Amino acid sequence: MAVDYKALKSGGFMRQVQKDHFSMRLKVVGGNLTTEQFDVISAVAKQYGHGYIHLTSRQGIEIPFIRLQDIEEVKKALEDGGVFSGICGPRVRTVTACQGDRICPSGCIDTYDLAQDISARYFGRELPHKFKFGVTGCMNNCLKAEENDLGIKGGLEVSVNHDDCIRCGVCVKVCRENAVSIQDDEVTVDYDKCNYCGRCVKSCPTDAFIGESVYILYFGGTFGNMIAQGVEILRPVKDKETVFKAADAALSFYDRYGKPSERFRKSIEREGIEKFREYIIEKVSPSLSENMGGNE
Amino acid sequence: MSDRIIAEINEIKEKIDITHLVCPMTFVKAKATIEELELGEILEIRLNDGEPVQNVPRSLKEDGQKVLKLKDNLDGTYTLYVRKDSE
Ligand code: SF4
Ligand code: SF4
Ligand code: SF4
Repeated sequence: MAVDYKALKSGGFMRQVQKDHFSMRLKVVGGNLTTEQFDVISAVAKQYGHGYIHLTSRQGIEIPFIRLQDIEEVKKALEDGGVFSGICGPRVRTVTACQGDRICPSGCIDTYDLAQDISARYFGRELPHKFKFGVTGCMNNCLKAEENDLGIKGGLEVSVNHDDCIRCGVCVKVCRENAVSIQDDEVTVDYDKCNYCGRCVKSCPTDAFIGESVYILYFGGTFGNMIAQGVEILRPVKDKETVFKAADAALSFYDRYGKPSERFRKSIEREGIEKFREYIIEKVSPSLSENMGGNE
Repeated sequence: MSDRIIAEINEIKEKIDITHLVCPMTFVKAKATIEELELGEILEIRLNDGEPVQNVPRSLKEDGQKVLKLKDNLDGTYTLYVRKDSE
């Protein structure tokens, strides 16, 4: 039988050490699966695999020990149950997310909603090499935004409504950046120190501290053969549309300048971070380019 | 701080010290004590600097209670005044 391993691989079948066996990677978005999907996965692992599943480091699921001759059958059984194959190769991979503000009290953004949108727009898109998106809900960074090719971290841009403040002093204490003080009986924020963590907003008993969701973007993170943190080259952005514009720009830069099999980070470094930054800013917000500088 | 809140804090119903506890028992103890109070009654909680003072006020808020004041005792502990606003 002539076997097209490449076609197999783009369908999420990872060749195993054991001849003619594959670990089947499944599509998961933002780390959530329904119990119905789990039932189907469990049944397939029992019938076609070795009765166990593997959880990958990026919220993925693989079913090991799928035999070559069963692949079509397995795909069909899974798809009938609403479970789809994942991918490998030079493409946009699984979009990961923490539980965000739908579930987690610390969350500053709806990570799941954003992960689904990103997955719908970019999942599987071919690029010079693999490309990972990850979305984390706040500064606690449970999902490690900076290790992704494009990582997104939620934050709150805060302000104080002085009329509602009872000067309880909680915000001064909960701010880990020492950005909040009470001066002349009035709460004051030092915005140079503020890191958008939102702890003041979450703790303020009268909701005098208010916050507006922002997305902080990190480009070019990688945590495999090469280890590098994603860099923040834009100020935090306030709407999803701008996040998508920035992501479109990053992918188009990678398409245009990336060499085959070169990670995004390498392409950025080879072309120069300044050039990359200008490219992104020009595409995201040409008219604002004067005041869109980041912290780097 | 308004006079009303100062007046309220003068009528403390119950006092607890949770400086010997760590997370999650700090919040559990505070929550259990508040459960015994009537709506509107005030609880005074002595708690440690660090995680407790950063997290307990917020957990109480998320539980629907009203934090009135946080006082620095300048000895590594704080005193938190909370009014029961929710069953
Ligand atoms: S990163 Fe923030 S929002 Fe996400 S799970 Fe961690 S604490 Fe919660
Ligand atoms: S936590 Fe809220 S009410 Fe208390 S001092 Fe800060 S802003 Fe004022
Ligand atoms: S958002 Fe975080 S860093 Fe900024 S003032 Fe509030 S608690 Fe401090």
